[in-house]
Amino acid sequence: MAKVLVVTSGKGGVGKTTSTAALGAALAHDGTKVVVIDFDVGLRNLDLVMGAERRVVFDLINVINGVAKLSQALIRDKRLESLHLLPASQTRDKDALTEDGVAKVIDELRTKFDWIICDSPAGIERGATLAMRYADAAIIVTNPEVSSVRDSDRIIGLLDSKTVRAERGERVDKHLLITRYSSSRAARGEMLSIDDVLEILSTPLLGIIPESQEVLCASNVGSPVTLNNPLSAPARAYFDAARRLKGEQVSMLVPSETRGIFNRLFARKAA
Amino acid sequence: MSLFNFFRRGSAPIARERLQILLAHERNAGGHPDLLGVLREEIIAVIGRHVSIEPDKVQIKMDRGKTVSTLAVDIEIPNRDHVSGGVPPFSPLTFDAGRDVLGMRGSGI
Repeated sequence: MAKVLVVTSGKGGVGKTTSTAALGAALAHDGTKVVVIDFDVGLRNLDLVMGAERRVVFDLINVINGVAKLSQALIRDKRLESLHLLPASQTRDKDALTEDGVAKVIDELRTKFDWIICDSPAGIERGATLAMRYADAAIIVTNPEVSSVRDSDRIIGLLDSKTVRAERGERVDKHLLITRYSSSRAARGEMLSIDDVLEILSTPLLGIIPESQEVLCASNVGSPVTLNNPLSAPARAYFDAARRLKGEQVSMLVPSETRGIFNRLFARKAA
Repeated sequence: MSLFNFFRRGSAPIARERLQILLAHERNAGGHPDLLGVLREEIIAVIGRHVSIEPDKVQIKMDRGKTVSTLAVDIEIPNRDHVSGGVPPFSPLTFDAGRDVLGMRGSGI
């Protein structure tokens, strides 16, 4: 049974696209069929983060308009053959995204894939509302920072009112993914703690992704962090989150910065 | 870590408190969207029916607190005698005599 997952946040720059790519690859690792869809019409980036930017021929709007078939627009990942990408249009107006059109594409994808992951654009405009419209479950990506938490709260309200499931009186399963977390800064009282964020948003926690240089390294080379360096701290946290999505019980570890004494001495000075 | 930092609690508790208050208001609990905003509009409309209000002589302050919110509407109502008497309405002389202050304090909203 296919599951439609939206990765959303309200605020931009918190890690929706990074998380979509990382979780998509982590879920597809065992041969599970996964498609990631970019809903950010006009500002697509999922193709770039996945390293498929030079292979984009058709896009989501071409499929909606009937210019291309779904099979022509889907791009198969070169590293994981069960992972596919449906890119957004870079040039077209976002009004070309229609509710019926998106419904048709998602229905067709449901017959072909196990997981359909919709990478939402920032904001609460059309692209964002359509990305969440048909979702069975949602991942709310949040940084431990006031503006991100506020916007997440707003998005949670939309998930509970503007989705097809909500309108039918059903529930969209909501999961909180806290990214760019620094346990040392939280311990010093400089950053909202995991408990603070969970208490404010009262949404179950899917994972804690530590602040890490590995995330930028992975996007630099166009590879999801879970493929680029699977043993790194953020990749391990994404793998754990993917297992929780599949229903496994995985104990939640608060990732701590594992730095040698040498690094610690110099990091202090630099900060 | 300096001694100053050691005694400071860190800014996270402040962030947490600010968010809790803000979100309590934004979630519109009790189904009354922006009660303070509605009150502000209606109060000004009522007063405007009886005296002409200059929009830039109205000061509105709102403070959304954790348990109590306050709405202060401060409207300068020029004293007619002074105005018709040709004295500039906001000279220091008329300022004290000809200004009524309407203050409002709402609790629990």
